[in-house]
Amino acid sequence: MSHLLEVKNLSMFYHTSKGRVKAINDISFNMNYGETLGVVGESGCGKTSLGTSLLAMPTPPGHFESGSVILEGENILTMKDDYIRKNIRWAKISMVFQGAMNSLTPVYTIENQMIETLKVHIDMDKISAKNLIAEYLSYVGLSPDVMRRYPHELSGGMKQRVVIATALFLKPKLVILDEPTTALDVIVQAEIINLLKKLKRDFNLSFIFITHDLALESEIADRIAVMYAGKIVEIGSNENIYGSVGAKHPYTQKLLKATPSISKKVEHLEFIEGTPPDLIGDFIGCRFYDRCEKRFDICKTDDPSMKEMSDGHFCACHLV
Amino acid sequence: MEDKSVVAVSVKNLKKYFFPHQNIIESIAQSKKSTPVKAVDDVSFDIYKNEIFALIGESGSGKTTVAKLLMKLMPPTDGDIFFEGKSIVNITKEETAVYRRNTQMIFQDPYASMNPRFTVKNVLKEPLLIHKIKCTEKEAEEKIIKALDDVKIHPAHEFLERYPHMLSGGQRQRIATARTLILEPRFIIADEPVSMIDLSTRAEILHMMKEVQKTLNLSYLYITHDLSTARYFADRIAVMYLGHIVEIGQSDEIIDNTKHPYTKALIAAVPEPVTGNLHKIKELPIKGEIPSMSNIPTGCVFHTRCPYAKTDCAETLPNFVDISSTHKAACFYTESLSK
Repeated sequence: MSHLLEVKNLSMFYHTSKGRVKAINDISFNMNYGETLGVVGESGCGKTSLGTSLLAMPTPPGHFESGSVILEGENILTMKDDYIRKNIRWAKISMVFQGAMNSLTPVYTIENQMIETLKVHIDMDKISAKNLIAEYLSYVGLSPDVMRRYPHELSGGMKQRVVIATALFLKPKLVILDEPTTALDVIVQAEIINLLKKLKRDFNLSFIFITHDLALESEIADRIAVMYAGKIVEIGSNENIYGSVGAKHPYTQKLLKATPSISKKVEHLEFIEGTPPDLIGDFIGCRFYDRCEKRFDICKTDDPSMKEMSDGHFCACHLV
Repeated sequence: MEDKSVVAVSVKNLKKYFFPHQNIIESIAQSKKSTPVKAVDDVSFDIYKNEIFALIGESGSGKTTVAKLLMKLMPPTDGDIFFEGKSIVNITKEETAVYRRNTQMIFQDPYASMNPRFTVKNVLKEPLLIHKIKCTEKEAEEKIIKALDDVKIHPAHEFLERYPHMLSGGQRQRIATARTLILEPRFIIADEPVSMIDLSTRAEILHMMKEVQKTLNLSYLYITHDLSTARYFADRIAVMYLGHIVEIGQSDEIIDNTKHPYTKALIAAVPEPVTGNLHKIKELPIKGEIPSMSNIPTGCVFHTRCPYAKTDCAETLPNFVDISSTHKAACFYTESLSK
């Protein structure tokens, strides 16, 4: 079966007055239909930039430098803006932005803001639009009465469900979720994760789930891509990363050790010393060199390339 | 190190009700009094010296209101707060100033809690100026350097002239901690100090705060919604729901021997970094959403969402049941709630 999405050598830099910030630096990966890819990393590692790049709308002053984003056989980076807006965004790929709960307009009812999205894409009379909205609200576990309410009348979890419903409207194949539960309480977070799992099963959806929380990622992602300083340093299945053999890259290992677990009492939680490197300028060696405990001479001078360790488990480290 | 039996802060039957504005006709006719929003309702706990005490709950549970009451940012409706044996509720302005020197707060958002036009030096000097601490310029700088050392900002003098935008989130939260330490407080309230910080640095900040607490013999009130960091960080945990404490005890007791259904639901909701949960739909032992504060259920406040609730739960508010000498839970059916 062919892939839903193929990203090949994608680079996207922000052209700032200080120089080019290499937010996405030569990233390649594939995604299958019905698969959830988790993207994890610290803030500033390029997770959100990757999300907006896949929609072909990098935040200014971002520019694509090279590479391609092939969605169902077509490279969306070579398409015209108008065409993307009509036929790709929301129709094939949609995105739930970070803090999406606050992205609802306070003076519009839920119905009005949802109809707005529909109007841009399909010709539809008001009654069938309303029916469609009611249908999608029920998919995300909300009653159709919610339509007539204003955002301030809804709780955080309900708003997040509305935003997810809006992202699903046009039956996209792929939904990018950028930290969809960060501002929510643990119980609401668990409910949203359950909802996403159900939607994925019922609609055969693919998700790209962006978060910095490795514990959360273990519950939802079939495969996990770990990003560091604009690059994917490790990518593997849920079992590869969290299973008994475990992650191979020192960065992933450290991140996992810094993740608190409620079932185990630990005296000392580990952390990663230092800060991620500046993304302006070039890297000669491995970009994790400064913070890595397992570094040796070659790491300083030679940037490690991705190596396949077992089926589908890739890691960019000289140690493997 | 002093033993953990001396009470530093004691909260007794603390209540805070807010009375929302009535509409004009109601207030003229005085037909009915507006229903109060019971943000904190009959909360009691002690924080011992050298102890980290965590207050846990969802948003809207009243945990931040407790912090504000403890900081004397608003007066309580009823109840009392004691700091080192003395009530701080009805004290003079001068006494309040002294109390505020001893009690300091670390805020959630390190990006919003610092003046962007202040250098680190000015940020740290501000509390000294506000509290009119008599010291020369040189002494002030020594204090600042020491506070920066305490929070492991090295080399301290290099950071003095930096502005907040030049610092990472972790560094900002260190500076925020240093700002509280400069007045040599004995009690620190930390309101979600790491929730906006990256996971990789979160442990580092908690570790630093713990070190500071140990070396300077401080007491902490750690407010959070995250049970997994609380287990690592705190000695004791109190779980709040709709203005009430529902369970209180040693961290290990709360998590390994949970006795309140709400705590149980909170624990069940925490994701674990293990493989094997991928295809499971997690069953949460809780129903619906948190009710509004102005419409708090009768009887046990949790009964509307509790899967174990029976008829008597809706009628009477359960008292605390002693599980052990340190562990209490407010539920009628603690016996039957096995893990």
